[in-house]
Amino acid sequence: MSLRLAIDHATTYQFAGPIRRGLQRLRLTPLSGHAQRVIAWDVAFDGATPEVAYTDEYGNQVALVALEPGASSVTIRAHGVVETRDEAGLAGRHSGYLPLWHYLRDTRLTTRGSGIAALVTGLADAAAQDPLATLHSLTGRVRTAVAYAPGHTNSATPAETALTAGRGVCQDQAHVFIAAARALNIPARYVSGYLLIDGREDQDAGHGWAEGYVEGLGWIGFDVANAVCPNDRYVRVAIGRDYHDAAPITGLISTLPPADETAAVQDRLTITLSVRVAADDSPAG
Amino acid sequence: MGSGSGELMTTPSLPCFDEMREPDGTVRPAYAGYRAWLDAQAPGLLKRKGLEAEAFFRRTGITFNVYGATDGEERLIPFDPVPRIITAGQWRKLSRGIEQRVRALNAFLHDLYHRQEIVRAGRLPERLLQGNLAWLPQMAGFTPPGGVYTHIVGIDLVRTGEDEFLVLEDNARTPSGVSYMLENRETMMAMFPELFTRVRVREVSDYPRRLARSLAACAPPAFTGDKPVVAVLTPGIYNSAYFEHAFLADQMGAELVEGSDLKVTGGRVAMRTTRGWQPVDVIYRRVDDDYLDPLTFNPDSALGVAGIMDVYRAGGITIANAPGTGIADDKAIYSFMPEIVEFYTGEPPILPNVPTWRCSEPDALAYVLDNLAELVVKEVHGSGGYGMLIGPTSSRKEIAAFAAKLRARPDNYIAQPTLSLSTVPIFTRAGLAPRHVDLRPFVLVSPNGIDITPGGLTRVALKKGSLVVNSSQGGGTKDSWVLDD
Repeated sequence: MSLRLAIDHATTYQFAGPIRRGLQRLRLTPLSGHAQRVIAWDVAFDGATPEVAYTDEYGNQVALVALEPGASSVTIRAHGVVETRDEAGLAGRHSGYLPLWHYLRDTRLTTRGSGIAALVTGLADAAAQDPLATLHSLTGRVRTAVAYAPGHTNSATPAETALTAGRGVCQDQAHVFIAAARALNIPARYVSGYLLIDGREDQDAGHGWAEGYVEGLGWIGFDVANAVCPNDRYVRVAIGRDYHDAAPITGLISTLPPADETAAVQDRLTITLSVRVAADDSPAG
Repeated sequence: MGSGSGELMTTPSLPCFDEMREPDGTVRPAYAGYRAWLDAQAPGLLKRKGLEAEAFFRRTGITFNVYGATDGEERLIPFDPVPRIITAGQWRKLSRGIEQRVRALNAFLHDLYHRQEIVRAGRLPERLLQGNLAWLPQMAGFTPPGGVYTHIVGIDLVRTGEDEFLVLEDNARTPSGVSYMLENRETMMAMFPELFTRVRVREVSDYPRRLARSLAACAPPAFTGDKPVVAVLTPGIYNSAYFEHAFLADQMGAELVEGSDLKVTGGRVAMRTTRGWQPVDVIYRRVDDDYLDPLTFNPDSALGVAGIMDVYRAGGITIANAPGTGIADDKAIYSFMPEIVEFYTGEPPILPNVPTWRCSEPDALAYVLDNLAELVVKEVHGSGGYGMLIGPTSSRKEIAAFAAKLRARPDNYIAQPTLSLSTVPIFTRAGLAPRHVDLRPFVLVSPNGIDITPGGLTRVALKKGSLVVNSSQGGGTKDSWVLDD
């Protein structure tokens, strides 16, 4: 099974006052790999200038852009076509120079507390004997413990907090899964990307899921939110130990006070994203 | 001073090697020229000169303080007017050992951020890296310009005999103190100009020029001009080593900058100048890794440059020393330096380590617990002497309390024996008297090679019998001489 997916992802910042200075680190470029081939891809800017592009320690393609001083809005648009294959969740061997133990280390967003400890109770022996089956059963446990409910968490919510609240979005479920896997001594990481959803070509945000490492099989994806292993509906864009490492856009922005202090304009972030099956003759989105 | 902990241990009951005199009182060859000169001087010369030196230092000290905003940020470190002297032959052997060690350190750092062959080969336990915050994932898979990690290294040496120098610790992160090496020589030459015509001593004053040349040889791929632009990045006037940062920048003819003078623009890190933003090719940073880039490390840091790590990975700037070199200063890693040197150079180490017990190993822990009263125990990640036990000077109660800490977290500690450390005379009211010393030579690394300035910084314990050379704890410095052939 394979698919050609056309993706168009625009992020627009509007500021009440003009930009003083700002830098944004973008991880918006998917790479060809185990289960996907990039047919065409482009990242365009309005109100920003590219500074440097490089491959980071995870192998992600990163661009650093400077926001144009004085501008009051910035748009970053990533779009293109990616051919995907269903590899039943397999994401390939471990590669690169980060050792596997790096994916056992806690991060701020995946720090393990008593909630994670309770979640993995009784799984330690099984995890040592059959890590694959354990990761599958962990998917169920995390789904039960953290219900999918948008609006209660944000991109800075730690796993333990989402777990205590019992609800969150795909990112929170992935973080809880990652923290739990690490608690069981299974290397785990975060994937940021896109998902084709039937009947929902237009989406509010990109998707995020987790990968666990199993000796002999390599990295395997687990999408807790949808209770599946990623297939040809998924496009991987960036990886890291947590959302922060793999986030599509991170950065620093400072703005000046608005010229008209009385105007009730607030800073605003707008994301438009469409993921659809590309027409056969479509070269790029 | 600097990252060196400076805890020199010795057993007072053992006879120490005196670098000036044989046990029978005969002056050793290293000091023959100096002694002959001293004997020909009028009595009271050193006393008079000692007062002059103090006045000289106060004068320069005052100029140092011009930049300091409050008292106590820059302080005078006692200077002793008797030089510490090493012969040409001793230095040749030392240099070979230092060069070998520094070569191994760079190969080791490259390996730690790439395939970790030393771990795969079973020569270094993986657990020393796991969870070690000095190992920076951001450096994985990246090779700094010219393959150089430690552009400037300070190797702290102690001596126990004629040809017995041992490495006490490596300073691969940010070795400081080089300004004292330079100031001490300048002071000696100002006080005793005729002495330097009698005894031929190798130059150290060209260190800033050598440093500038060595840094310029490490320009990044993006450098296109005729002469790389070098800048010194300081945390600012409140940093205890600010004087050194300003001094080195001035002596090198480089710009002294703070984070607020720099920004990422045009794909480079650029500094504010009167002619606009000018790209910097090589940055000699005296800002710690964690404060270097708020976009990558501590987001609250205002001391660094947002995006400098992106420019670095893209080949737009050289950072000296490279981020993540601090892993080589770890004391548990230090205990493996003999294996590390052998692994990367294929040769046995020329300079030995101070024997070290790793308390993470059960046999070693048992030995250490049985012999705490004779040992020095240090925290593996610690520096500056914090959290350590000096067995011979501790009470039974202190030792018992420390033993409990050791049992609770053995892998947090290493132990070393007390050594019979060498002494060099200092000038006291009662005349010359021996005191314990160490030596920190400064080593420059570039793709063109390894350059060791002949001499270094000698720290001396000024109190009789004292083992602590830290400037904060009654330590002073001496001019360090390497004799010309």
